Amino acid sequence: MNSSGILSVVTFVYGFAAFLYVASWIFKKSEPGRLATWVVFAGLTGNTTGIAMRWMESYTLGYGHAPLSNLYESLVFFAGTLAAVYLVIEKKYQNRIIGAFVMPFPFLAMAYASLSPNISDRIQPLLPALKSNWLIAHVVACFIGYAAFAIAFGLSIMYLIKEKDVHGNSVLLERFPKTGVLDELNHQMVMFGFLFLSVGIITGAVWANSAWGRYWGWDPKETWSLITWFIYATLLHARLTRGWHGRRIAFLSVAGFAAVMFTYFGVNLLPGLHSYGAMGQ
Amino acid sequence: MNSWQHSPIFKFFASVQLTVTVLLTLAATSVIGTVIPQNQNLDDYLHTYGQNLYRLFSVLDMFDMYHSWWFQLLLVLLTLNIIICSMDRLPAAWKIVVKPPGFKPSRFLNASCQRQITVSSLDQAQPILEKALSRSIGQVRLEQTQHGFFLWSEKGRWTRLGVYVVHLSVVFLLAGSLIGSFWGFDGAVNIPEGETAKMIRLNNSGKSIPLDFEIRCDKFSVSYYDSGAPSEYRSTLTILENGAQVFTRDIIVNDPLRYKGINLFQSSFGNLPSQNLVLSFTSRATGMEYKEKIAPGQTVTIPEGLGSFMITEFNRDHQFKGHSIGDAFVGMMTPPNGDSVEVVLPVKFPSFDRMRKGDVIVAISETETRYYTGLQVTGDPGVWVVYTGFLLMIAGCIVTFFMSHQQICIEANTAEKICSVMIRGITNKNKIGMQKKIDATATAAIKIAKQQ
Repeated sequence: MNSSGILSVVTFVYGFAAFLYVASWIFKKSEPGRLATWVVFAGLTGNTTGIAMRWMESYTLGYGHAPLSNLYESLVFFAGTLAAVYLVIEKKYQNRIIGAFVMPFPFLAMAYASLSPNISDRIQPLLPALKSNWLIAHVVACFIGYAAFAIAFGLSIMYLIKEKDVHGNSVLLERFPKTGVLDELNHQMVMFGFLFLSVGIITGAVWANSAWGRYWGWDPKETWSLITWFIYATLLHARLTRGWHGRRIAFLSVAGFAAVMFTYFGVNLLPGLHSYGAMGQ
Repeated sequence: MNSWQHSPIFKFFASVQLTVTVLLTLAATSVIGTVIPQNQNLDDYLHTYGQNLYRLFSVLDMFDMYHSWWFQLLLVLLTLNIIICSMDRLPAAWKIVVKPPGFKPSRFLNASCQRQITVSSLDQAQPILEKALSRSIGQVRLEQTQHGFFLWSEKGRWTRLGVYVVHLSVVFLLAGSLIGSFWGFDGAVNIPEGETAKMIRLNNSGKSIPLDFEIRCDKFSVSYYDSGAPSEYRSTLTILENGAQVFTRDIIVNDPLRYKGINLFQSSFGNLPSQNLVLSFTSRATGMEYKEKIAPGQTVTIPEGLGSFMITEFNRDHQFKGHSIGDAFVGMMTPPNGDSVEVVLPVKFPSFDRMRKGDVIVAISETETRYYTGLQVTGDPGVWVVYTGFLLMIAGCIVTFFMSHQQICIEANTAEKICSVMIRGITNKNKIGMQKKIDATATAAIKIAKQQ
């Protein structure tokens, strides 16, 4: 079985894990949740194996590059990072309901990568502009950041749902983490993501300076990453110094994630230098 | 607080409302430039947006919005805000860092993270608590009191400065880009293989300026993958000063040459007309083939009195009846009696002229590919300021987000034979983490107490 085959299976493993987390939450049974943790673990193992195999396959083909060079490969890496960061949070906070709001993301990312007719899973050689030591650092930093923001988004949605239930009447929300915890966790994920987004933008700038002779050129992808940075910077300032909490922070986190998604997918609709991340590649 | 810190102007610039407003305005307005393509031909804009929108957009500098006065103003506003906010808050933070207030139990009374436990004996609890505290925070100070003791530990006071490092980094970035925009330049030069260039053309003004040295392109090559996609563009460049060779080096994309503060990047390439072009002329009447060396602009006489032929131009992307046929020489065939006809000689299809069905068939017999390399030439003295800003930003973010100033005070008292231990923690960030530390300390004390 080649890497694409393994990664298609991983799609369903993540889907199953997401289903188990949702089932565990809705039916208030802990067994599916405990199983889900192992399923995510299995999925992550498959995901990592798939990436490693793809790397080796690219050497067999004579191209020899890290599998971080097109939309398919970035989605696969995104899914893996999300699953890994989620497992750390589950271990730290011992709450599996978060899984119901986070694990659908790696499933959707993998499903999009594997099933969309517009995304090719072929291993392609690197264009001259992508042949750089900065490729790995830049892509890895960006996607760790994106993964953290995706989790912050899931937590914000949980916060907004939980907050509506002021009197604690809803049975479904009973085992949700407390709003204070969700808020704090959201903030921590945003800080984590912000650091990695900054590192991603910086490594990208240094790379651009060695490839094109300018560290910043207002290319749409660059600009949108900066827009994302501005939104999360607003969130951090509002929270740290204005004492904003709860709903307003959750809304900013949702807006930030919308900007992340546009930076990732939407920019491909605009003209620019990052077109190798686009579909049909 | 000084009196100037009360002035309304200072308060305006020192406010976080301004930060939030400017950041969100920057985010919102930055979108415009990703939707309206920037720095295009003005006629294209007029065509796309029509007269009225075009006028509005040009008044607002929308076609180069990131360099417009209003966008720059927002950036200046952000910088002023950062500097003044830091001036406003840094002195207090600095004072805490360099002149610690020392240990005062009263400061901990309203601590947000607290936990009270009871133990069987304070004498037993003390070493356990001391050990737990030194593990979670650091060096522990002990103070005996009448009915018990205080344990106090503190760490990360300096981390309060992290946020100012982040702010300083943003100032570095903006200062570096300002230096670049005043003293930097961005130009381009095309150098044919074997030739030397000294002048470069500036991208923004189109003006030509000389460099302090000359660049010779010894060779350019492009290699392809089996799929036909380009794999590598490589130029061998020699730097010369006053005609003397300084050094020779290859550059590829992502691996530029830097010399005397000037960077040479591989950015494009193209074909040039061959200098050793040999054409063959085949007479339809006799079937004889004659070979002639020819250069652009030169006229050759075709034997058998068939007239003359001249190369008029070389097109890099010749259009023939609406089809692109790539590199092509275009020539003019003049028969002894009759009108001149245009002859197209595509490099890729040497016997293309057979199609014309003329008295003489012209074909390319020998040619060689000759390239020119397209170099981007930049100089930016601000780049190291920007890079310093990058490093400061990463370091500052790590300190600001993941380190905090933490203090824990444990107060142990015996009153009416009950030994109570109160653990209180103060931190400037991450209260959940602090509460966890307090709980861990408490758990350790309770666990050991039970064993004994």
